[in-house]
Amino acid sequence: MKLRTRSHRRMPTRDGVFVYLPDSASIMRLDAEAVTVLDRFECREGLEAAEYLAETGRGRDAAAEVLEELCDVGAIRPVEEVRPPSSSLPPMPFPLATLVLNVSSRCNLSCTYCYEYGEDKLPGQGEGKRPASMSPETALRSIDFLFESARGRRDVSVTFFGGETLLNREAIEAAVDHAEGLARATEKRVHFALTTNATLLDDDIIAFLIDHRFGVNISIDGDRASHDRHRSFKSGRGSYDTVVPKIRRLLAAARGRTRPIGARVTLTRPLPNLRDLYAHLTHDIGFDEVGFAPVTSAPNRDHALLGDDYDDLLAQYSALADDYVAAALEGHRHGFSNLGDLLRELHEGVNKAHPCGAGLGLVGVATDGELGLCHRFVESEAHPIGDIENGIDEDRRREFLEKGHVNRKIECATCFARPVCAGGCYHEAEVRYGDASHPNLHYCDWIRAWTDLGLRAYARITDANPSFFQRFERTSS
Amino acid sequence: MKHIQPVNRKAKRLAEWVAGSRDEVRALQDTDTPFGCTTVFAPGWEVDSGGGTHGLCQPIERDLYDCYHSCYWPAQVPDGLTNWPSWAESCGAPMNDWKNIDLVFP
Ligand code: SF4
Ligand code: SF4
Repeated sequence: MKLRTRSHRRMPTRDGVFVYLPDSASIMRLDAEAVTVLDRFECREGLEAAEYLAETGRGRDAAAEVLEELCDVGAIRPVEEVRPPSSSLPPMPFPLATLVLNVSSRCNLSCTYCYEYGEDKLPGQGEGKRPASMSPETALRSIDFLFESARGRRDVSVTFFGGETLLNREAIEAAVDHAEGLARATEKRVHFALTTNATLLDDDIIAFLIDHRFGVNISIDGDRASHDRHRSFKSGRGSYDTVVPKIRRLLAAARGRTRPIGARVTLTRPLPNLRDLYAHLTHDIGFDEVGFAPVTSAPNRDHALLGDDYDDLLAQYSALADDYVAAALEGHRHGFSNLGDLLRELHEGVNKAHPCGAGLGLVGVATDGELGLCHRFVESEAHPIGDIENGIDEDRRREFLEKGHVNRKIECATCFARPVCAGGCYHEAEVRYGDASHPNLHYCDWIRAWTDLGLRAYARITDANPSFFQRFERTSS
Repeated sequence: MKHIQPVNRKAKRLAEWVAGSRDEVRALQDTDTPFGCTTVFAPGWEVDSGGGTHGLCQPIERDLYDCYHSCYWPAQVPDGLTNWPSWAESCGAPMNDWKNIDLVFP
């Protein structure tokens, strides 16, 4: 029988080699003998096991043992082994875990890059056909819908989104109150999260966020210069000086009493120095975590990131990753959350059938109660999947999820980044290719380089401080 | 495994699975001679063409013993051939002593 090495990724460590096996998303440490055998079978047409064993002469038994182990873990497999491309879904209807409520499509800022119905809007979005704010009644009905659709699930989450979410405190407060009542009655646990531009934070709302243990994400782009470049009021005045004192108040009041509070930075051209920006947000302002997201926009915009910006971005992420590793080796946590999230997935061995929970465990609700695959699909004509009164249209949901399954994405079949990427964001694919289930092939190189960066950081940390990732096990359970 | 060590959580689960499935295969391979209901005509768990059990293993407890005494296959009863040779010792006359038969914990 002819055998050959399956696609994998190697990470050198102090003694031996780590390999990442995307078929299972497992990470194994190989000794030198195992690496030799792996190398020998690295050929397209494969090699007869008997032929290889004959080659090894007197070392035959030992070689057979190594080969058997590599076959067992799936690093080497028969050439003609067919893996049926199963795109099977979990038992449907899948219980909902998270509902994202678009409580307001209005905003009190007018950031130049805003996607709230900007260039990457989908057909139907931003046409003014729906109320700008969600009514408290719709918010309550949405919560009912979540609890019904969550079935036996113990934990449910409600995320508030906008526009600027805090422009509609009425709906938020109504939803929280109702959800907590239902949670008590049904013995579930409910978690809340919200994204805000921080302009409307006052002592009242800060106390509310802390009392209900909100996970808070604040959009802020760095120091005054980087932040005010795009994040301004309608008058054109920058918002940095307004938001920073409010953020400081929130952070001081929340310390130790809520989940970590994160800064979400939108990256535009020209890219700032991310290390300095990270230091400013964590050290000077006091954020626990910082996550970066490149702006989504048409490529002809001045602020759009271009090809060489992405190379620069990767180099800068790499520098932040070095800081993360250095902190981890001393047993400290570091707040570069893009990397933290990736490492958590690599440590767990997440092997995604779908790129994200959209349409599966998560749906978005528009201001009028219509459902979308996620917050970025609400109000769009692409993939309507029901509304809170009549529930999810299960046929459409199933059809969408079957098409979006990673095994349907032929280009992804041999990609080592598949377990974490699974084709990437549906919304991005819908905008770029007019088809949400299309793999996002325009950024594969970048995703692979980023995944590789994560794997190497994981190997460096595990090699020198194996217990570091246990903290992730506690928090993820 | 001697040459490969699991590192992340998924790898640990995979390694446990590999170890478990190997033992299972060995248990079957370690017996040189084939025994049991596959080599002789010994209808056991089935029913006859009319859906009844009357003309098959008599008495009915023979089902139990057919798998236990002569078969190495891990069936729903312990295999007496390799692993639990004394499992049914306390059960001389099944009609009366069946209560003495206990569970085994592999
Ligand atoms: S979209 Fe690209 S990077 Fe992502 S899994 Fe598919 S081939 Fe790999
Ligand atoms: S990754 Fe894309 S499709 Fe998935 S939830 Fe996020 S925005 Fe929506």
